[in-house]
Amino acid sequence: MDAEITLRVDGADQPVTVDTRTTVLDALRERLGNTSPKKGCDHGQCGACTVLVDGRRVLSCLMLAVAADGAEVTTAAGLANGDLHPVQRAFIDHDGFQCGYCTPGQICSAVGVLEESDGELSRAEVAERMSGNLCRCGAYPGIVAAVEQAAGEQR
Amino acid sequence: MKPFAYQAPTTASDAVRQVADDPDAVFLGGGTNLVDHLKLGVARPGALVDVTSLTSAEITERDGGLLIGAGVRNSDLAADPRVRERYPLVAQALLSGASGQLRNMATTGGNPLQRTRCVYFQDVTTPCNKREPGSGCSAIGGYTRYHAILGASEHCVATHPSDLAVALTALDATVHLLGPDGERTVAFGQLHRLPGDRPDKDTVLDHGDLITAIGLPDLPMARRSTYRKVRDRASYAFALVSVAAAVDLDGDAIRDTRIAFGGVAHKPWCATRAEDALRGQTAGVDAFRAAAEAELADAAPLEGIDGGNAFKIPLLTRTLVAVLRELTGVNR
Amino acid sequence: MTGLLEPKAIGTDLRRRDGALKVTGAARYAYEAPVDNAAYAHPVQATIGRGRVTSVDTAAAEALDGVIAVLTHENAERLASTEDAELAVLQSGDVAFRGQVIALVVAETSETARHAADLVTVHYDEQEHDCVLDPDGELYKPDKVNPAFETDTAVGDVAGAMASADVTVEQTYTTAMYHNNPLEPHATTALWQPAGDGGDLTLWDSTQGVHPARSTVAEVFGLAEDQVRVVCPYVGGGFGSKGTPHAHVILAAAAARAVPGRPVKLALTRPQMFALAGYRTPTIQRMQLAANRDGVLSAIAIDVVEQTSRIKEFAEQTGVPTRTMYRAPNRRTTHRLAALDVPVPSWMRAPGECPGMFGPEVAMDELAEALGIDPVELRIRNEPEVDPDTGHPFSSRNLVACLREGAARFGWDERDPRPGVRLRDGWLIGTGVASSVYPVHQMPQSTATIRCEDGRYVVEIGAADLGTGTWTTLAQIAADALAVPVADVQVCIGDTAYPMASVAGGSSGMITWGSAVVEAAHAFREKFGDDPADGDEAEGSVSENPMAERYAMYAFGAQFAEAHVNADTGEIRVPRLLGVFAAGRIVNPRTARSQFQGGMTMGLSMALHETSVMDPRFGHVVNHDLAEYHVATNADVADLQAHWLDEHDDKVNPMGVKGIGEIGIVGTAAAVANAVHHATGVRVRDLPITLDKLLPHLP
Ligand SMILES: Cc1cc2nc3c(=O)[nH]c(=O)nc-3n(C[C@H](O)[C@H](O)[C@H](O)COP(=O)(O)OP(=O)(O)OC[C@H]3O[C@@H](n4cnc5c(N)ncnc54)[C@H](O)[C@@H]3O)c2cc1C
Ligand code: SF4
Ligand code: FES
Ligand code: FES
Repeated sequence: MDAEITLRVDGADQPVTVDTRTTVLDALRERLGNTSPKKGCDHGQCGACTVLVDGRRVLSCLMLAVAADGAEVTTAAGLANGDLHPVQRAFIDHDGFQCGYCTPGQICSAVGVLEESDGELSRAEVAERMSGNLCRCGAYPGIVAAVEQAAGEQR
Repeated sequence: MKPFAYQAPTTASDAVRQVADDPDAVFLGGGTNLVDHLKLGVARPGALVDVTSLTSAEITERDGGLLIGAGVRNSDLAADPRVRERYPLVAQALLSGASGQLRNMATTGGNPLQRTRCVYFQDVTTPCNKREPGSGCSAIGGYTRYHAILGASEHCVATHPSDLAVALTALDATVHLLGPDGERTVAFGQLHRLPGDRPDKDTVLDHGDLITAIGLPDLPMARRSTYRKVRDRASYAFALVSVAAAVDLDGDAIRDTRIAFGGVAHKPWCATRAEDALRGQTAGVDAFRAAAEAELADAAPLEGIDGGNAFKIPLLTRTLVAVLRELTGVNR
Repeated sequence: MTGLLEPKAIGTDLRRRDGALKVTGAARYAYEAPVDNAAYAHPVQATIGRGRVTSVDTAAAEALDGVIAVLTHENAERLASTEDAELAVLQSGDVAFRGQVIALVVAETSETARHAADLVTVHYDEQEHDCVLDPDGELYKPDKVNPAFETDTAVGDVAGAMASADVTVEQTYTTAMYHNNPLEPHATTALWQPAGDGGDLTLWDSTQGVHPARSTVAEVFGLAEDQVRVVCPYVGGGFGSKGTPHAHVILAAAAARAVPGRPVKLALTRPQMFALAGYRTPTIQRMQLAANRDGVLSAIAIDVVEQTSRIKEFAEQTGVPTRTMYRAPNRRTTHRLAALDVPVPSWMRAPGECPGMFGPEVAMDELAEALGIDPVELRIRNEPEVDPDTGHPFSSRNLVACLREGAARFGWDERDPRPGVRLRDGWLIGTGVASSVYPVHQMPQSTATIRCEDGRYVVEIGAADLGTGTWTTLAQIAADALAVPVADVQVCIGDTAYPMASVAGGSSGMITWGSAVVEAAHAFREKFGDDPADGDEAEGSVSENPMAERYAMYAFGAQFAEAHVNADTGEIRVPRLLGVFAAGRIVNPRTARSQFQGGMTMGLSMALHETSVMDPRFGHVVNHDLAEYHVATNADVADLQAHWLDEHDDKVNPMGVKGIGEIGIVGTAAAVANAVHHATGVRVRDLPITLDKLLPHLP
């Protein structure tokens, strides 16, 4: 069953026809040509599909596009607004990735973490809050260092 | 995934009617469990009725306790200062579950109704009485690490995966429902069922019953409470066992206590025998252990291809003792 | 070999050249190939452990709006070569293991393809299957073990040495079944263009080697190699599972050939990967060590039992590292396989070394304990002068230096050897050590071209970057070989349109491709001097290294772990993991550190979490997703450090590099197991080390 919806993706309104079964992730990747968020599991188990919806980090693979009609979706592509986002720069500085497949999700998640936290985060807290984003390449030390750097810059 | 209709009614009663009138319709909350199951073919509804914006997303004071709208997201509930101060076990249970992203999506109404993580239940190519009544239980003699040691039946040995539900069971929270026949409440401890010969039914809810809110009671001892989850990796994993507990102390004497277990039964396990054993006792490790043993006297571990799950008995005993040591400050 | 390249760009910690593309998600992986009007393919898998498909009913699937084709063994094209049984998809109704592909749906959308796949009904003639690895069951001796090692080796008299030794260790160790689980699921976008000379097949495939993938696909379909193009600029991890094409690549190509002119996308789901993308066999390792009171080994032996699939042999070389690690006059290694009705095992990060350094390195710890000798010291005492296997000298061997450096950095000297005596804040604390090793592999073929364009140097080679840093490090090598600033070098990889490159496997990439690039650079300078004109181009290929015949070439390392075990619950945490490696010259410290750390993290994950649970009743891995098959999360990793020694080895290749992608996973699990023992006094010999194995022994 098809439905007409509009997603506001990385600042631009995108009307799109979706199957009711289409997730926000598939709508972005297969219908809107935005392949920034990745599909690692399609079941909420890896975090690769993390995007910001209305400013909060969520898993786009478990969100039905019809249910997100009108939502403001930000992907890692949209975070880079001409210049890279400070979190993105920090990931490059600390080599917080290897293959890069988990990375757009890590970046969105990290932006969400910084948004959510009211005080300074310990190393362990950063690691815990970033644990919904698996990295099979094992870039965790770089990821934590990158989030800490970005948090420092934000303060 | 089979096609389905998507409906977004504007009132809760419309939503209830739409589901009650259509045996093939289900409510859609945050979708973190339902959408997963749609993809797996575990759930095959004909219509989804979105209730995320119909139920309240507010937490309000009520009768000395708190009333949590079913639409409140798990992350917002965990972050609420009143919850953190008055019901720390609730915040801890939530924060020990899933991931930041999932908690931003999952709702208070949907969380307790998530279904078991039994690998056979989630795999439509294997027999499972819960998914397909009468087909058999593959977990018996199979992969049992995450399965029950209490209250199971020959038809199903699954566990309930929610952390929040364990905390709500310990608190004896109240479930506020809107059904086709109007509003009613159910004690949280009565919400979930044991499998018996109907493992397909997780709860006592009828088709069309909508959770509108969950009430936390006025329970001062909940300020001295905790949730301890033991799992196979440091984060983003379901419980092997968990303990939610609150203690009311008078010096070293235990005036009252609330205890519930997770990861060991088809429902969050209200540890009434342990509570009874502790009430009026002097806090001490021996008393704690005796309470655990009283509760686990009927535990029936499973044998399986993975060596079975008998380890959950000492694990839960030790976890409960540790939790009570921590809450009472009594280490001997 | 004449001296090493003078390092200028080599050794600098440049940021990744593909960094900006990856942090924005702009880097395109196989499924994201820029094609229009794609169709989507979804496999249907067998739900029996063994037998034959008697009928496939595709009517309901075909009737679905948007279904383009349903391929089964009855209507799929006959492949030119079915020699590789794993790749002979849809050629017969035989089912060799549960999860094998028996049909493929092609549809207009991914949702429809998936739905239609559910609607395909299959009837079987089911036969009994056997999926249980039993060391006392039926076993056979493979001709060779991966890739071409002797199956068994024996020197002297192990039994005699065991009988007469002061101290012996005789124990059995097991490692679990592991799945590579790269975060990017295996995926292929395929396009068949029937025009031209018989047509052209383009595959955007997630692969560790575009040229090897092309050869395989060309052979399977009976196409000339130049009819097939494989493109893969970015790979979302592979760890071996993308080293050889698996069934889905053939399926995607077959689907594309069924809908000429239309690109077809196929991505395995995560559960499908557990049956269709390779895995590491479980291993059973019987170890024997004999030593005198001083800890000098008189015998070392490992007898390995592992599994392969009945339809295709893969013999993991688990016993091989034992041939090289320590000196002992009496030695034996053997490999026996059980051929089972299981998915086809394949390469996974450090095949052989990774599982094969678990048993031996825990056994060494047990021996150290029995002797009352420090485990670092015990290893040092058994350091061989020459390779015990071949008798050749080592081109360089710095295991001892790694152990010493690691011990110093880790604070090993303060260690109280007694197990189970340190309790702090409710946690039992211990430390452990293990050695790492990985051979220097150079592949026989790879070619690079270098061309001058607008005053810059364009290096082309069909190499792969799996996150290993190739985009950046090959530029560094080319820069030094050409003696130009690295900014003047542009690298083009990941496409069979470029010269032939070997697979990114066996940590051979930098060695092999780098050597080709150095050769190309030399050829270029020889031909065109220091002032080339636009369009000048030269080619170079890797050539056999004569030193490889005369020297044993290995990287070594030492890993130190600190384990904390919760005294109440048995939960295990590893707050510190420190590795020191001697792996030749490090081309880029930034990306190298990530490689070492990534390997160590996967080793930690293997130690504590990973196990694919095969349910023998059904014949499939039941925890086949990332919620139930646990890999380490961010919170499982704390202070994880990788260091390396400045190692100068002029025998291995002109760059002096040894390969770093795999050694990090070697020995980690043993170091953790040894630390857990030191913390608790409990010796866990079966991976993973989970709390249930510790609980009965906790205070
Ligand atoms: C990888 C992963 C890891 C996880 N780890 C944990 C964990 O460690 N601990 C834990 O507790 N949970 C965990 N979860 C589960 C997660 O917490 C639940 O999926 C979530 O809480 C469900 O809430 P939801 O709003 O998304 O429910 P939905 O998925 O929308 O719905 C779940 C069920 O409830 C019904 N429903 C929804 N709302 C209502 C309502 N108001 N009234 C009546 N019926 C309703 C739906 O019809 C459906 O049957 C994990 C999930 C994933 C995917
Ligand atoms: S334990 Fe319950 S859910 Fe699991 S297979 Fe058995 S019946 Fe199904
Ligand atoms: S793809 Fe969404 S969590 Fe893995
Ligand atoms: S960078 Fe490869 S999975 Fe994280």
